[in-house]
Amino acid sequence: MIFSFETWQITVFSLSVGLASTLLILPFGVVLAWLFARKTWPLKSFVETVVLLPLVMPPVSTGLILLKIFGRRSPIGQWLYERGVEIVFNWKGVLIAMSVMSFPLLVRSVRTSFAEVNPRLEQIAATLGASPLKIFFVITIPLAYKGIVAGALLAFSRALGEFGATILLAGNIPGETQTLSLAVYNFVQIGKDSDAFVLLGITVALAFLFVWSSEWLLRSGNKA
Amino acid sequence: MYRFKQGMRKSLSVAAVFFILAWTQANAWADEILVSAAASLTDVLKEITSGYQAKSKHTVKFNFGPSNGLARQIEEGAPADLFFSADLPQMDTLDKNGRLEPGTRKNLLSNQLVIIVPADSKLAISSPKDLLKADFKKIALAEPSSVPVGVYSSKYLSDEGLWEQVKSKVVPVQDVRATLASVESGNVVAGFVYKTDAAVSKKIKIVYEVPIDKGPKITYPAAIVKESKRKEAARDFMTYIQSRAAKDAFKKYGFVVLD
Repeated sequence: MIFSFETWQITVFSLSVGLASTLLILPFGVVLAWLFARKTWPLKSFVETVVLLPLVMPPVSTGLILLKIFGRRSPIGQWLYERGVEIVFNWKGVLIAMSVMSFPLLVRSVRTSFAEVNPRLEQIAATLGASPLKIFFVITIPLAYKGIVAGALLAFSRALGEFGATILLAGNIPGETQTLSLAVYNFVQIGKDSDAFVLLGITVALAFLFVWSSEWLLRSGNKA
Repeated sequence: MYRFKQGMRKSLSVAAVFFILAWTQANAWADEILVSAAASLTDVLKEITSGYQAKSKHTVKFNFGPSNGLARQIEEGAPADLFFSADLPQMDTLDKNGRLEPGTRKNLLSNQLVIIVPADSKLAISSPKDLLKADFKKIALAEPSSVPVGVYSSKYLSDEGLWEQVKSKVVPVQDVRATLASVESGNVVAGFVYKTDAAVSKKIKIVYEVPIDKGPKITYPAAIVKESKRKEAARDFMTYIQSRAAKDAFKKYGFVVLD
Protein backbone atom coordinates (compact mmCIF):
# COMPACT_ATOMS: atom_id res chain seq x y z
CA MET A 1 0.00 0.00 0.00
CA ILE A 2 2.74 2.46 0.93
CA PHE A 3 4.21 2.78 -2.51
CA SER A 4 1.14 1.83 -4.47
CA PHE A 5 -0.02 3.95 -7.36
CA GLU A 6 -3.17 4.82 -5.48
CA THR A 7 -1.27 6.34 -2.53
CA TRP A 8 0.95 8.26 -4.89
CA GLN A 9 -2.01 9.56 -6.88
CA ILE A 10 -3.91 10.68 -3.77
CA THR A 11 -0.83 12.44 -2.35
CA VAL A 12 0.04 14.20 -5.60
CA PHE A 13 -3.58 15.27 -6.08
CA SER A 14 -3.79 16.70 -2.54
CA LEU A 15 -0.47 18.56 -2.87
CA SER A 16 -1.36 19.96 -6.31
CA VAL A 17 -4.80 21.26 -5.44
CA GLY A 18 -3.46 22.49 -2.08
CA LEU A 19 -0.74 24.44 -3.87
CA ALA A 20 -3.20 25.81 -6.41
CA SER A 21 -5.58 26.96 -3.66
CA THR A 22 -2.76 28.68 -1.74
CA LEU A 23 -1.54 30.48 -4.88
CA LEU A 24 -5.14 31.44 -5.64
CA ILE A 25 -5.79 33.05 -2.26
CA LEU A 26 -2.32 34.60 -1.91
CA PRO A 27 -2.91 37.89 -3.78
CA PHE A 28 -6.35 38.39 -2.18
CA GLY A 29 -5.07 37.44 1.26
CA VAL A 30 -2.04 39.74 1.08
CA VAL A 31 -4.07 42.74 -0.11
CA LEU A 32 -6.80 42.18 2.49
CA ALA A 33 -4.21 41.68 5.24
CA TRP A 34 -2.56 44.96 4.30
CA LEU A 35 -5.92 46.75 4.35
CA PHE A 36 -6.61 45.29 7.79
CA ALA A 37 -3.16 46.26 9.09
CA ARG A 38 -2.91 49.74 7.66
CA LYS A 39 -6.35 51.15 6.98
CA THR A 40 -9.65 51.64 8.68
CA TRP A 41 -12.94 51.94 6.92
CA PRO A 42 -16.67 51.62 7.74
CA LEU A 43 -17.73 47.98 8.24
CA LYS A 44 -14.09 46.94 8.74
CA SER A 45 -14.98 44.92 11.85
CA PHE A 46 -17.76 43.20 9.94
CA VAL A 47 -15.40 42.19 7.13
CA GLU A 48 -12.78 41.03 9.66
CA THR A 49 -15.37 38.82 11.34
CA VAL A 50 -16.68 37.34 8.11
CA VAL A 51 -13.15 36.54 6.96
CA LEU A 52 -12.45 34.82 10.29
CA LEU A 53 -15.66 32.74 10.27
CA PRO A 54 -14.42 29.68 8.31
CA LEU A 55 -11.71 29.29 10.91
CA VAL A 56 -14.13 28.91 13.82
CA MET A 57 -17.28 27.53 12.22
CA PRO A 58 -17.62 23.77 11.88
CA PRO A 59 -16.11 22.95 8.47
CA VAL A 60 -19.24 21.03 7.46
CA SER A 61 -21.32 24.18 8.04
CA THR A 62 -19.05 26.13 5.73
CA GLY A 63 -19.24 23.23 3.30
CA LEU A 64 -23.02 23.32 3.39
CA ILE A 65 -23.05 27.05 2.65
CA LEU A 66 -20.67 26.49 -0.28
CA LEU A 67 -22.85 23.62 -1.51
CA LYS A 68 -25.90 25.86 -1.47
CA ILE A 69 -24.02 28.62 -3.29
CA PHE A 70 -22.47 26.44 -6.00
CA GLY A 71 -25.06 23.66 -6.24
CA ARG A 72 -26.97 23.06 -9.43
CA ARG A 73 -30.14 24.63 -8.09
CA SER A 74 -28.63 27.95 -7.07
CA PRO A 75 -28.35 30.97 -9.41
CA ILE A 76 -24.53 30.91 -9.31
CA GLY A 77 -24.36 27.15 -9.72
CA GLN A 78 -26.80 27.21 -12.60
CA TRP A 79 -24.91 30.07 -14.31
CA LEU A 80 -21.64 28.17 -14.05
CA TYR A 81 -23.21 24.91 -15.19
CA GLU A 82 -24.56 26.55 -18.34
CA ARG A 83 -21.01 27.59 -19.15
CA GLY A 84 -19.74 24.07 -18.63
CA VAL A 85 -18.18 24.68 -15.23
CA GLU A 86 -19.04 22.15 -12.55
CA ILE A 87 -18.03 22.75 -8.98
CA VAL A 88 -19.92 20.15 -6.99
CA PHE A 89 -18.39 16.63 -7.04
CA ASN A 90 -15.48 18.00 -9.04
CA TRP A 91 -11.82 18.92 -8.33
CA LYS A 92 -12.86 22.57 -8.59
CA GLY A 93 -15.01 21.96 -5.52
CA VAL A 94 -11.93 20.70 -3.70
CA LEU A 95 -10.08 23.87 -4.78
CA ILE A 96 -12.82 26.15 -3.51
CA ALA A 97 -13.27 24.29 -0.22
CA MET A 98 -9.52 24.40 0.45
CA SER A 99 -9.29 28.09 -0.50
CA VAL A 100 -12.18 29.20 1.69
CA MET A 101 -11.04 27.18 4.69
CA SER A 102 -7.39 28.26 4.58
CA PHE A 103 -8.02 31.93 3.71
CA PRO A 104 -8.53 33.15 7.30
CA LEU A 105 -5.23 31.61 8.40
CA LEU A 106 -3.37 33.33 5.60
CA VAL A 107 -4.93 36.71 6.30
CA ARG A 108 -4.24 36.52 10.04
CA SER A 109 -0.58 35.54 9.61
CA VAL A 110 0.17 38.09 6.90
CA ARG A 111 -1.66 40.83 8.79
CA THR A 112 0.62 40.28 11.77
CA SER A 113 3.70 40.51 9.55
CA PHE A 114 2.50 43.75 8.00
CA ALA A 115 1.74 45.15 11.43
CA GLU A 116 5.33 44.41 12.43
CA VAL A 117 6.72 46.49 9.56
CA ASN A 118 7.67 49.86 10.98
CA PRO A 119 5.33 52.42 9.37
CA ARG A 120 8.07 55.03 9.74
CA LEU A 121 10.04 53.28 7.01
CA GLU A 122 7.05 53.56 4.70
CA GLN A 123 6.59 57.22 5.60
CA ILE A 124 10.27 57.92 4.92
CA ALA A 125 9.94 56.33 1.49
CA ALA A 126 6.93 58.54 0.84
CA THR A 127 8.86 61.67 1.76
CA LEU A 128 11.49 60.56 -0.75
CA GLY A 129 8.84 60.58 -3.47
CA ALA A 130 7.80 56.94 -3.75
CA SER A 131 4.22 56.23 -4.85
CA PRO A 132 2.04 54.07 -2.56
CA LEU A 133 2.33 51.16 -4.98
CA LYS A 134 6.12 51.45 -5.05
CA ILE A 135 6.24 51.62 -1.28
CA PHE A 136 4.14 48.50 -1.05
CA PHE A 137 6.34 46.43 -3.37
CA VAL A 138 9.75 47.87 -2.54
CA ILE A 139 9.49 48.47 1.20
CA THR A 140 6.54 46.68 2.80
CA ILE A 141 6.58 43.35 1.01
CA PRO A 142 10.32 42.67 1.31
CA LEU A 143 10.19 43.46 5.03
CA ALA A 144 7.12 41.26 5.57
CA TYR A 145 8.09 38.58 3.10
CA LYS A 146 9.12 35.92 5.59
CA GLY A 147 5.80 36.30 7.39
CA ILE A 148 3.94 36.09 4.09
CA VAL A 149 5.68 32.85 3.16
CA ALA A 150 5.09 31.47 6.67
CA GLY A 151 1.40 32.38 6.36
CA ALA A 152 1.22 30.73 2.96
CA LEU A 153 2.81 27.55 4.35
CA LEU A 154 0.31 27.52 7.20
CA ALA A 155 -2.57 28.04 4.79
CA PHE A 156 -1.20 25.24 2.60
CA SER A 157 -1.08 22.85 5.57
CA ARG A 158 -4.63 23.76 6.46
CA ALA A 159 -5.69 23.13 2.87
CA LEU A 160 -4.07 19.68 2.95
CA GLY A 161 -5.90 18.81 6.16
CA GLU A 162 -9.27 20.08 4.97
CA PHE A 163 -12.09 17.56 5.29
CA GLY A 164 -15.59 18.74 6.27
CA ALA A 165 -16.16 21.34 3.59
CA THR A 166 -14.42 19.22 0.96
CA ILE A 167 -16.52 16.11 1.51
CA LEU A 168 -19.78 18.07 1.29
CA LEU A 169 -18.88 20.20 -1.71
CA ALA A 170 -16.67 17.90 -3.74
CA GLY A 171 -17.63 14.45 -2.48
CA ASN A 172 -15.31 11.55 -1.80
CA ILE A 173 -14.75 10.30 -5.35
CA PRO A 174 -11.67 8.11 -5.70
CA GLY A 175 -9.42 9.36 -8.47
CA GLU A 176 -11.32 12.60 -8.88
CA THR A 177 -11.81 14.46 -5.63
CA GLN A 178 -10.33 12.18 -3.03
CA THR A 179 -7.67 13.97 -1.00
CA LEU A 180 -5.51 12.41 1.73
CA SER A 181 -8.03 13.34 4.47
CA LEU A 182 -10.98 12.01 2.49
CA ALA A 183 -9.12 8.82 1.69
CA VAL A 184 -8.33 8.17 5.37
CA TYR A 185 -12.04 8.57 6.17
CA ASN A 186 -13.00 6.28 3.30
CA PHE A 187 -10.63 3.52 4.37
CA VAL A 188 -11.91 3.66 7.93
CA GLN A 189 -15.52 3.52 6.67
CA ILE A 190 -14.90 0.39 4.64
CA GLY A 191 -12.88 -1.27 7.37
CA LYS A 192 -9.41 -1.00 5.80
CA ASP A 193 -7.72 0.44 8.84
CA SER A 194 -4.17 -0.48 7.85
CA ASP A 195 -4.48 1.45 4.58
CA ALA A 196 -5.90 4.35 6.56
CA PHE A 197 -2.86 4.31 8.82
CA VAL A 198 -0.48 4.52 5.88
CA LEU A 199 -2.18 7.66 4.64
CA LEU A 200 -2.35 8.96 8.18
CA GLY A 201 1.41 8.64 8.38
CA ILE A 202 1.86 10.62 5.17
CA THR A 203 -0.55 13.30 6.39
CA VAL A 204 1.27 13.69 9.70
CA ALA A 205 4.68 13.80 8.02
CA LEU A 206 3.59 16.47 5.54
CA ALA A 207 1.80 18.56 8.18
CA PHE A 208 4.84 18.37 10.45
CA LEU A 209 7.17 19.44 7.65
CA PHE A 210 5.14 22.43 6.53
CA VAL A 211 4.16 23.73 9.95
CA TRP A 212 7.72 23.37 11.24
CA SER A 213 9.03 25.29 8.21
CA SER A 214 6.44 27.99 8.78
CA GLU A 215 7.45 28.43 12.40
CA TRP A 216 11.16 28.39 11.52
CA LEU A 217 10.61 31.20 9.02
CA LEU A 218 8.81 33.27 11.60
CA ARG A 219 11.56 32.69 14.16
CA SER A 220 14.33 33.63 11.70
CA GLY A 221 12.39 36.75 10.73
CA ASN A 222 12.47 37.99 14.30
CA LYS A 223 16.23 37.95 14.49
CA ALA A 224 16.39 40.72 11.87
CA MET B 1 -51.78 21.76 66.64
CA TYR B 2 -48.42 20.12 67.21
CA ARG B 3 -49.97 16.64 67.28
CA PHE B 4 -51.78 17.41 64.06
CA LYS B 5 -48.55 18.55 62.38
CA GLN B 6 -46.75 15.45 63.61
CA GLY B 7 -49.47 13.25 62.21
CA MET B 8 -49.40 15.09 58.89
CA ARG B 9 -45.65 14.75 58.65
CA LYS B 10 -45.85 11.01 59.30
CA SER B 11 -48.54 10.46 56.70
CA LEU B 12 -46.71 12.59 54.14
CA SER B 13 -43.46 10.69 54.60
CA VAL B 14 -45.27 7.37 54.35
CA ALA B 15 -46.99 8.62 51.22
CA ALA B 16 -43.67 9.84 49.80
CA VAL B 17 -41.98 6.50 50.41
CA PHE B 18 -44.94 4.72 48.89
CA PHE B 19 -44.82 6.85 45.75
CA ILE B 20 -41.06 6.47 45.39
CA LEU B 21 -41.36 2.70 45.70
CA ALA B 22 -44.24 2.59 43.23
CA TRP B 23 -42.34 4.75 40.75
CA THR B 24 -39.14 2.72 40.92
CA GLN B 25 -41.11 -0.52 40.66
CA ALA B 26 -42.98 0.73 37.63
CA ASN B 27 -39.71 1.65 35.94
CA ALA B 28 -37.78 -1.35 37.19
CA TRP B 29 -38.84 -3.43 34.23
CA ALA B 30 -39.15 -0.55 31.74
CA ASP B 31 -36.10 -0.41 29.52
CA GLU B 32 -34.91 1.86 26.81
CA ILE B 33 -33.37 -0.19 24.05
CA LEU B 34 -31.07 1.03 21.31
CA VAL B 35 -31.81 -0.33 17.86
CA SER B 36 -29.17 0.02 15.15
CA ALA B 37 -31.06 -0.16 11.87
CA ALA B 38 -30.36 0.34 8.17
CA ALA B 39 -31.03 3.87 6.92
CA SER B 40 -33.75 2.62 4.56
CA LEU B 41 -35.82 1.56 7.57
CA THR B 42 -35.94 5.10 9.03
CA ASP B 43 -39.55 6.06 8.32
CA VAL B 44 -41.21 2.68 8.69
CA LEU B 45 -39.52 1.81 11.98
CA LYS B 46 -40.38 5.20 13.46
CA GLU B 47 -44.03 4.60 12.64
CA ILE B 48 -43.99 1.03 13.96
CA THR B 49 -42.30 2.16 17.15
CA SER B 50 -44.88 4.80 18.01
CA GLY B 51 -47.42 2.00 17.90
CA TYR B 52 -45.15 -0.14 20.06
CA GLN B 53 -44.48 2.53 22.66
CA ALA B 54 -48.20 3.20 23.05
CA LYS B 55 -48.64 -0.37 24.24
CA SER B 56 -45.38 -1.21 25.93
CA LYS B 57 -43.62 0.20 28.96
CA HIS B 58 -40.33 -0.02 27.05
CA THR B 59 -39.00 2.79 24.89
CA VAL B 60 -36.94 2.51 21.75
CA LYS B 61 -34.07 4.72 20.64
CA PHE B 62 -32.79 4.47 17.07
CA ASN B 63 -29.40 4.64 15.45
CA PHE B 64 -29.91 4.73 11.67
CA GLY B 65 -27.07 4.50 9.20
CA PRO B 66 -25.32 2.33 6.65
CA SER B 67 -25.48 -1.29 7.85
CA ASN B 68 -21.74 -1.77 7.43
CA GLY B 69 -21.04 1.22 9.68
CA LEU B 70 -23.55 -0.04 12.25
CA ALA B 71 -22.04 -3.52 12.24
CA ARG B 72 -18.63 -2.01 12.76
CA GLN B 73 -19.88 0.01 15.73
CA ILE B 74 -21.31 -3.15 17.32
CA GLU B 75 -18.04 -4.92 16.63
CA GLU B 76 -16.24 -2.15 18.53
CA GLY B 77 -18.64 -2.47 21.46
CA ALA B 78 -21.41 0.05 20.75
CA PRO B 79 -24.31 -0.56 23.17
CA ALA B 80 -26.90 -1.55 20.59
CA ASP B 81 -29.48 -4.09 21.75
CA LEU B 82 -30.88 -5.04 18.37
CA PHE B 83 -29.33 -4.92 14.89
CA PHE B 84 -31.55 -4.69 11.79
CA SER B 85 -29.34 -4.91 8.71
CA ALA B 86 -30.05 -4.33 5.00
CA ASP B 87 -27.97 -7.29 3.92
CA LEU B 88 -26.72 -10.68 5.10
CA PRO B 89 -22.93 -10.12 4.95
CA GLN B 90 -23.03 -7.54 7.77
CA MET B 91 -25.03 -9.93 9.97
CA ASP B 92 -22.79 -12.85 8.97
CA THR B 93 -19.67 -10.98 10.08
CA LEU B 94 -21.15 -10.25 13.50
CA ASP B 95 -22.36 -13.85 13.73
CA LYS B 96 -18.93 -15.21 12.92
CA ASN B 97 -17.36 -13.00 15.57
CA GLY B 98 -19.85 -14.16 18.18
CA ARG B 99 -21.60 -10.83 18.63
CA LEU B 100 -25.15 -12.12 18.22
CA GLU B 101 -27.42 -13.71 20.80
CA PRO B 102 -27.80 -17.31 19.60
CA GLY B 103 -31.18 -18.25 18.23
CA THR B 104 -32.41 -14.70 17.73
CA ARG B 105 -31.34 -14.12 14.14
CA LYS B 106 -34.19 -13.97 11.61
CA ASN B 107 -34.67 -12.80 8.01
CA LEU B 108 -37.54 -10.34 8.06
CA LEU B 109 -37.81 -8.30 4.89
CA SER B 110 -36.85 -7.92 1.27
CA ASN B 111 -36.77 -4.91 -1.03
CA GLN B 112 -36.30 -3.83 -4.64
CA LEU B 113 -33.66 -1.65 -6.29
CA VAL B 114 -34.72 1.32 -8.36
CA ILE B 115 -32.95 4.04 -10.34
CA ILE B 116 -34.15 7.56 -9.56
CA VAL B 117 -33.65 11.02 -11.08
CA PRO B 118 -34.64 14.48 -9.82
CA ALA B 119 -38.36 15.11 -10.16
CA ASP B 120 -37.83 17.79 -12.82
CA SER B 121 -35.38 15.74 -14.87
CA LYS B 122 -36.20 15.02 -18.52
CA LEU B 123 -34.16 11.82 -18.61
CA ALA B 124 -35.68 8.35 -18.99
CA ILE B 125 -34.30 4.83 -18.89
CA SER B 126 -35.62 1.82 -20.77
CA SER B 127 -32.75 -0.45 -19.86
CA PRO B 128 -29.72 -0.15 -17.54
CA LYS B 129 -27.50 0.29 -20.62
CA ASP B 130 -28.91 3.82 -20.88
CA LEU B 131 -26.73 4.73 -17.93
CA LEU B 132 -23.77 4.66 -20.30
CA LYS B 133 -25.15 7.59 -22.25
CA ALA B 134 -23.39 10.95 -21.98
CA ASP B 135 -26.50 12.50 -20.38
CA PHE B 136 -25.81 10.46 -17.26
CA LYS B 137 -22.77 12.34 -16.10
CA LYS B 138 -22.79 11.63 -12.40
CA ILE B 139 -24.59 8.80 -10.64
CA ALA B 140 -24.89 8.63 -6.87
CA LEU B 141 -24.35 5.30 -5.18
CA ALA B 142 -23.77 4.42 -1.55
CA GLU B 143 -20.18 3.19 -1.15
CA PRO B 144 -20.18 0.25 -3.58
CA SER B 145 -17.70 -1.89 -1.70
CA SER B 146 -19.44 -1.98 1.64
CA VAL B 147 -22.84 -0.29 2.03
CA PRO B 148 -25.58 -2.86 1.24
CA VAL B 149 -27.46 -0.81 -1.36
CA GLY B 150 -24.13 0.05 -3.04
CA VAL B 151 -23.04 -3.57 -3.02
CA TYR B 152 -26.39 -4.72 -4.45
CA SER B 153 -26.31 -2.02 -7.16
CA SER B 154 -22.72 -2.59 -8.23
CA LYS B 155 -23.32 -6.34 -8.31
CA TYR B 156 -26.37 -5.82 -10.50
CA LEU B 157 -24.45 -3.54 -12.88
CA SER B 158 -21.61 -6.04 -12.88
CA ASP B 159 -23.97 -8.86 -13.79
CA GLU B 160 -25.28 -6.70 -16.63
CA GLY B 161 -21.70 -6.15 -17.83
CA LEU B 162 -21.94 -2.40 -17.22
CA TRP B 163 -20.00 -1.84 -14.00
CA GLU B 164 -16.61 -1.09 -15.54
CA GLN B 165 -18.04 1.74 -17.60
CA VAL B 166 -20.48 3.10 -15.03
CA LYS B 167 -17.83 3.05 -12.28
CA SER B 168 -16.20 6.26 -13.51
CA LYS B 169 -19.49 8.17 -13.20
CA VAL B 170 -20.15 7.07 -9.65
CA VAL B 171 -20.19 9.55 -6.76
CA PRO B 172 -19.89 7.37 -3.65
CA VAL B 173 -21.97 8.58 -0.70
CA GLN B 174 -22.51 7.47 2.88
CA ASP B 175 -25.77 5.52 2.71
CA VAL B 176 -29.04 5.13 0.83
CA ARG B 177 -30.58 8.28 2.33
CA ALA B 178 -27.51 10.30 1.34
CA THR B 179 -28.02 8.93 -2.19
CA LEU B 180 -31.62 10.11 -2.06
CA ALA B 181 -30.55 13.55 -0.85
CA SER B 182 -27.93 13.99 -3.55
CA VAL B 183 -30.42 13.16 -6.30
CA GLU B 184 -32.95 15.53 -4.73
CA SER B 185 -30.36 18.31 -4.77
CA GLY B 186 -29.86 17.94 -8.51
CA ASN B 187 -26.08 17.76 -8.11
CA VAL B 188 -26.12 14.23 -9.55
CA VAL B 189 -28.11 13.07 -12.54
CA ALA B 190 -29.33 9.76 -11.12
CA GLY B 191 -28.93 7.39 -8.20
CA PHE B 192 -29.65 3.87 -6.99
CA VAL B 193 -31.94 3.52 -3.98
CA TYR B 194 -34.49 1.02 -2.70
CA LYS B 195 -38.05 1.31 -3.91
CA THR B 196 -39.07 2.04 -0.33
CA ASP B 197 -36.76 5.09 -0.19
CA ALA B 198 -38.06 6.45 -3.48
CA ALA B 199 -41.56 6.27 -2.01
CA VAL B 200 -40.80 8.73 0.80
CA SER B 201 -39.54 11.55 -1.42
CA LYS B 202 -41.52 13.77 -3.74
CA LYS B 203 -38.43 15.51 -5.09
CA ILE B 204 -37.37 12.48 -7.14
CA LYS B 205 -39.01 10.05 -9.51
CA ILE B 206 -38.31 6.43 -10.39
CA VAL B 207 -37.14 5.89 -13.96
CA TYR B 208 -36.30 2.21 -13.73
CA GLU B 209 -37.23 -0.62 -11.42
CA VAL B 210 -34.67 -3.39 -11.35
CA PRO B 211 -36.66 -6.57 -12.03
CA ILE B 212 -36.74 -8.85 -9.01
CA ASP B 213 -35.49 -11.81 -11.03
CA LYS B 214 -32.60 -9.86 -12.59
CA GLY B 215 -31.53 -7.93 -9.55
CA PRO B 216 -29.66 -9.21 -6.51
CA LYS B 217 -31.57 -11.01 -3.75
CA ILE B 218 -32.12 -8.42 -1.04
CA THR B 219 -32.58 -9.70 2.51
CA TYR B 220 -32.98 -7.70 5.72
CA PRO B 221 -32.08 -9.82 8.78
CA ALA B 222 -32.49 -8.78 12.41
CA ALA B 223 -30.88 -10.16 15.56
CA ILE B 224 -30.35 -9.38 19.22
CA VAL B 225 -26.84 -8.36 20.22
CA LYS B 226 -25.15 -10.78 22.60
CA GLU B 227 -23.74 -8.08 24.89
CA SER B 228 -27.12 -6.38 25.30
CA LYS B 229 -28.10 -5.68 28.89
CA ARG B 230 -31.75 -5.37 27.99
CA LYS B 231 -32.46 -8.63 26.20
CA GLU B 232 -36.00 -8.95 27.58
CA ALA B 233 -37.01 -5.60 26.14
CA ALA B 234 -35.13 -6.36 22.91
CA ARG B 235 -36.97 -9.67 22.55
CA ASP B 236 -40.24 -7.89 23.20
CA PHE B 237 -39.54 -5.40 20.43
CA MET B 238 -38.31 -8.11 18.08
CA THR B 239 -41.61 -9.95 18.58
CA TYR B 240 -43.51 -6.76 17.93
CA ILE B 241 -41.83 -6.05 14.59
CA GLN B 242 -43.05 -9.46 13.43
CA SER B 243 -46.62 -8.79 14.55
CA ARG B 244 -49.57 -8.27 12.24
CA ALA B 245 -49.59 -4.51 12.86
CA ALA B 246 -45.89 -4.18 12.08
CA LYS B 247 -46.12 -6.36 8.98
CA ASP B 248 -48.93 -4.19 7.67
CA ALA B 249 -46.79 -1.11 8.22
CA PHE B 250 -43.83 -2.65 6.38
CA LYS B 251 -46.07 -3.56 3.46
CA LYS B 252 -47.54 -0.06 3.43
CA TYR B 253 -44.06 1.39 2.94
CA GLY B 254 -43.36 -1.04 0.11
CA PHE B 255 -41.20 -3.63 1.85
CA VAL B 256 -41.60 -7.30 1.02
CA VAL B 257 -42.35 -9.19 4.22
CA LEU B 258 -40.72 -12.61 4.45
CA ASP B 259 -42.52 -15.36 6.31
